[in-house]
Amino acid sequence: MQRMLARRALSGIAVVAGVVTLTFLLLHAAPGDPAERLIGPTATPEQLAAGRHALGLDRPLITQYGSWLARFIRGDWGTSFATGRPVRTMIGAAWPATVRLVVLSLLLSYGLGLAVGAVQAAYHRRRLDTALSVASVTLVALPGYWLGLMLMTVFTYLLRVLPAFGAAGYDADYLSGWARFADGARHLVLPLATLTLIGVGAAARFVRGALLDALEQPFVTAARAKGITTAQVMVHHALRHAMIPVVTLLGLSLPALFSGAVFVEAVFAWPGVGRVLVEAVQARDYPVVMSATAISAVLVVAGNLLADAAAGLVDPRLRSVDAGATP
Amino acid sequence: MNVVLRDRRFTVGLGLVTLIAGLAIAAPLVTTGDPNAPGDIVATRFLGPLARDVHGSLHPLGTDRFGRDVWTRLVYGARISLSVGMLSVLLSVAVGVAIGGLSGWWRGWAGVLLLGATDFVLALPRVVLLLLLAALWQPSALLVVLLLGATGWMPVARLVHGEVRALAVRPFVEGARSLGVRPLRVLWRHVLPNALTPVIVAAALGVGNAILLEAGLSYLGLGVQPPTPSWGNMIASGRDTLVNAPWVAAAPGVMLVLVVVGCTLLGDAVRDVLSRQSAVSRQGH
Repeated sequence: MQRMLARRALSGIAVVAGVVTLTFLLLHAAPGDPAERLIGPTATPEQLAAGRHALGLDRPLITQYGSWLARFIRGDWGTSFATGRPVRTMIGAAWPATVRLVVLSLLLSYGLGLAVGAVQAAYHRRRLDTALSVASVTLVALPGYWLGLMLMTVFTYLLRVLPAFGAAGYDADYLSGWARFADGARHLVLPLATLTLIGVGAAARFVRGALLDALEQPFVTAARAKGITTAQVMVHHALRHAMIPVVTLLGLSLPALFSGAVFVEAVFAWPGVGRVLVEAVQARDYPVVMSATAISAVLVVAGNLLADAAAGLVDPRLRSVDAGATP
Repeated sequence: MNVVLRDRRFTVGLGLVTLIAGLAIAAPLVTTGDPNAPGDIVATRFLGPLARDVHGSLHPLGTDRFGRDVWTRLVYGARISLSVGMLSVLLSVAVGVAIGGLSGWWRGWAGVLLLGATDFVLALPRVVLLLLLAALWQPSALLVVLLLGATGWMPVARLVHGEVRALAVRPFVEGARSLGVRPLRVLWRHVLPNALTPVIVAAALGVGNAILLEAGLSYLGLGVQPPTPSWGNMIASGRDTLVNAPWVAAAPGVMLVLVVVGCTLLGDAVRDVLSRQSAVSRQGH
């Protein structure tokens, strides 16, 4: 198990390195000049050259890449071309918001998905199963940003009960502990609901499939023959077996969730990494784009690693792989 | 085929997709006027659904801020969404079959290298990559097709790789080779046709996903550019008028959901039938 995790960690590092290199090459291969964007269309060639020199863009590509990488690893992520703020401050302020949103919606959507999938498997091929299937297919098909806009129309503009922009109200700094928490929670509701609703559909579909698979296994027949109730078979035998693919999917769905978060953050002006990335890409802000991509790649790879480790926790058979002669 | 037709998911899915594709093809017949030309802005701006304007023409889904008919734009937008979805999936299937087929067929380092490359690209965060690529070049429908194709071939390659590996040891392959057929020809004529069934399912699900991604990019302003209607940029343009004209953003979203549900139902139904068939044939051996 440890050896497998070590191997996965190594390949994860390779993926992050690849993403960073690819991003760097793409940024520099693409047409468009950040110096020109910064100075404006009236820039003279001399001003442009000076601007490019100030940003370090006139050096050979390989030197730029090497010095960026060396500084990035040492923790010096440079300053944003567009805002002049240190990139580390920008991303340091943004990533907790994204992690809060993504982790909460992951837990919520899988909790709900497990419940819905289990009910569907228990009522397989009956009317309730069909109704829930239709609901989950619809949820999977919903575009996050559109669902967000619709929820916003209803809860912010029509009912006027929930805020639609940002992670905190303008007066949040002047609120005391409890009121401040309540303000944050109210701001979290709509983005979280949007991201969770989309996730529930996929989770429920998958759990239902895994459970139906498990219910066909011989050990379930044996358990039933032993005379225990259907509910016990479901919880103790089938659900445990079905947890293995579900936990694996949990890790695999992190990138999808993160992508969903990019759009949802854009809709709700949620101050997370996704929004920083979208704005930086549009402004051709090289240092911010590089760091934000690197961080999102790290988050995704770390999520997959955690899922591998968790798979060992739910499936004792995986833990003993290293003990055997061959995996 | 009969089994598939008896599956309600298949008929509903096919119905939805055919209906919307039919509307897209027949766009000039089911709508009135040009989808892009601004209307009489003063008189026909933000008319509600089912409203009649001063010229007497009916707007079943209302009008947007330029007085353009939302239904007309929706139907012309279907042309963009469906063709971008289908073309990009065709592209990713072509690339995926080529790379998956070769990586499964070549046993040596070349195969390992191709498979490693597939796994690497599979691990890259797709939306981050799409955002980056779409923002760097001049946005257009063609660019979106290329990008979605270039970032969507890996699951197909993985599927085909597995199928080809399993098929390569079957007797009919040995038979073909012993008749002196060149290896790549064996792959093309004998192995790949047998490996394509799971690809069809992946393609059906992929079309829905590609349509969603195209709309997402257009929503962010990185895909199809206005005034050409795409469901994504229609939602984006309705974003600012949610309070006084919510129908502008609502209608394209409903269309998106219908198409994607249709593709998913089709894919699900076909996959279940295929897996039941292969289970039966395995029992037969």
